[in-house]
Amino acid sequence: MRKLLLILALALAMPGPALAALSVDITKGTFQPLPIAIPDFATTGAAGTVGADIAGVVRADLERSGLFRPIDPKAFVDHTSNINTVPNFANWRTINAQGLTVGSVTAQPDGQLSVEFRLWDVNAGAQIWGQKFSTIPANWRRIAHMISDAIYEHVTGEKGYFDTRIVFISETGTAQKRVKRLAIMDQDGANPIFLTNGSYMVLTPRFNPTAQMIAYMSYIGSKPRVYLFDIEKGQQEVLGNFPNMTFSPRFSPDGNRVVLTLETAGNSDIYIMDLRNRSVQRLTTDPAIDTAPSFSPDGRQIVFESDRGGSQQIYVMNIDGSNQRRISFTPGANGTPVWSPRGDLIAFTKRVGNQFNIGVMRPDGSGENLISSGGKEEGPTWAPNGRVLMFSRSLSGGQGSQIWSVDVTGRNERRVLTPGSASDPAWSPLIQ
Amino acid sequence: MTQFSRSLKFACVAAALILGACTPKQAAVNTTPPPAPAPAAQPAPAPVTSRILPGSAEDFRVNVGDTVHFGYDQYGVEENDKALLGRQAQWLAKYPAVRVTVEGHCDERGTREYNLALGARRANAVKEYLVSQGVSAARVETVSYGKERPICTDSNEACWTQNRRGVTVVTGGASA
Repeated sequence: MRKLLLILALALAMPGPALAALSVDITKGTFQPLPIAIPDFATTGAAGTVGADIAGVVRADLERSGLFRPIDPKAFVDHTSNINTVPNFANWRTINAQGLTVGSVTAQPDGQLSVEFRLWDVNAGAQIWGQKFSTIPANWRRIAHMISDAIYEHVTGEKGYFDTRIVFISETGTAQKRVKRLAIMDQDGANPIFLTNGSYMVLTPRFNPTAQMIAYMSYIGSKPRVYLFDIEKGQQEVLGNFPNMTFSPRFSPDGNRVVLTLETAGNSDIYIMDLRNRSVQRLTTDPAIDTAPSFSPDGRQIVFESDRGGSQQIYVMNIDGSNQRRISFTPGANGTPVWSPRGDLIAFTKRVGNQFNIGVMRPDGSGENLISSGGKEEGPTWAPNGRVLMFSRSLSGGQGSQIWSVDVTGRNERRVLTPGSASDPAWSPLIQ
Repeated sequence: MTQFSRSLKFACVAAALILGACTPKQAAVNTTPPPAPAPAAQPAPAPVTSRILPGSAEDFRVNVGDTVHFGYDQYGVEENDKALLGRQAQWLAKYPAVRVTVEGHCDERGTREYNLALGARRANAVKEYLVSQGVSAARVETVSYGKERPICTDSNEACWTQNRRGVTVVTGGASA
């Protein structure tokens, strides 16, 4: 499925004053998005409109992040766009641009595209970053996302998350006869692909750390089990030889293990399977519901939910099952915990009555903050930089679900474009 | 609300997802397949009892009853459902080749994974009760659908009560 294509990336040097002051502190709760000008990339050779297309994708990526305010190109007073000359910064200051990205696209004789860009600090009059890519033309959207990631990284100091994909559940039909299909798309909703045909229900897909494998639950043959889907090969296989329902799978950070839930005679417990030798170890033995496990990014702990204390709450244990302890003590039911890739927070779903919200808390359970606004949200997933989350939002009257994203601080809540109704998003790592 | 107006509403939402704006009613009508004929227009069905084959899945569903209900976040078989499950066990004793699957379902007030686990508890509770009434455990499978197969989609107690259910489905060995 994924095009295994070499993308060459080189830093571009440009003489001039060293590091500029252009920055956005994304740890603060409130700030003004950074005004940035991104003219259409100059296009030479047979590259067509791809220079304008790439600039458009970069502008859309940065705008959606909530941290940048791409200036409408109609407002530009300077229409030159030359990667090899120092810009006339005064022309960009007059439209209050603080950042400027200038790029070019050249079709090479061998059919490859050469894409270059430079990021300038307009006030300081200095280059912040420059980079050159070469790839086949079909890869132009990925190049655009990689440029967005580079701009994001050099302005915020954090890794970007634009060259990523989302696996999710596509929904059609009425609530009583919902058809659910496994689907995958780029982070911005482009290139959606359906991986299953809807003849059986699928739920809760999760990426492995290379984003080449998906673990998910499938009702194929009316036997709900965890399956692995190899995106490259388009093949799926049932995971393990479990006698009953298995569900809520998640990969370990190194991709070598899957933690999941096995139901036995009505009781759900958490198990861990080593994918290298398929050995299985049971981690919980409580007669309560133990499910929804998620690894810490160092791979040493697992956060999960249990109703062993009388209501659904969040617990942490070591990966051998030892030292199980409750961490959530706030009102309501708390479940679907997911450890941030940064390790600093755990996202979860809080339910009070029929009110569902996405929250984050520290791994010791302190500092709870609810970050979704609607009251019908569940199932958070983290961007690889741990700064943005996606989640499902269900519509009233059984009219399906939508995927939304929000900053970890609760700002910038936005609908994520999907082909029709969609739920259960899982965010990939940065594509390798 | 009629089924027709509900499907119109759904079509409007589906169009909104694709076009980015909810289309006017006229457009929604144009993109919706013609509605099925209203049930009232059909001839009245023949009396049920005359065409149900004893020992069939329909016999079980109509003349015994396939559904029991559960309290909020509960999975114990309710006292007032024990008579129904007793009749299910008697019917299964009468037709010993029949195999069943008990489906466990939940209302919307739970996260997806939790409800899969809760639905499994409910299905298993029904199975255990049937087994206690003499049904061989080997004849009874269970499956949980969590909150994925509601029969009612409003967010109120009347609806939630209907959705918190265990359904015994004949899967094999029945008269056809």
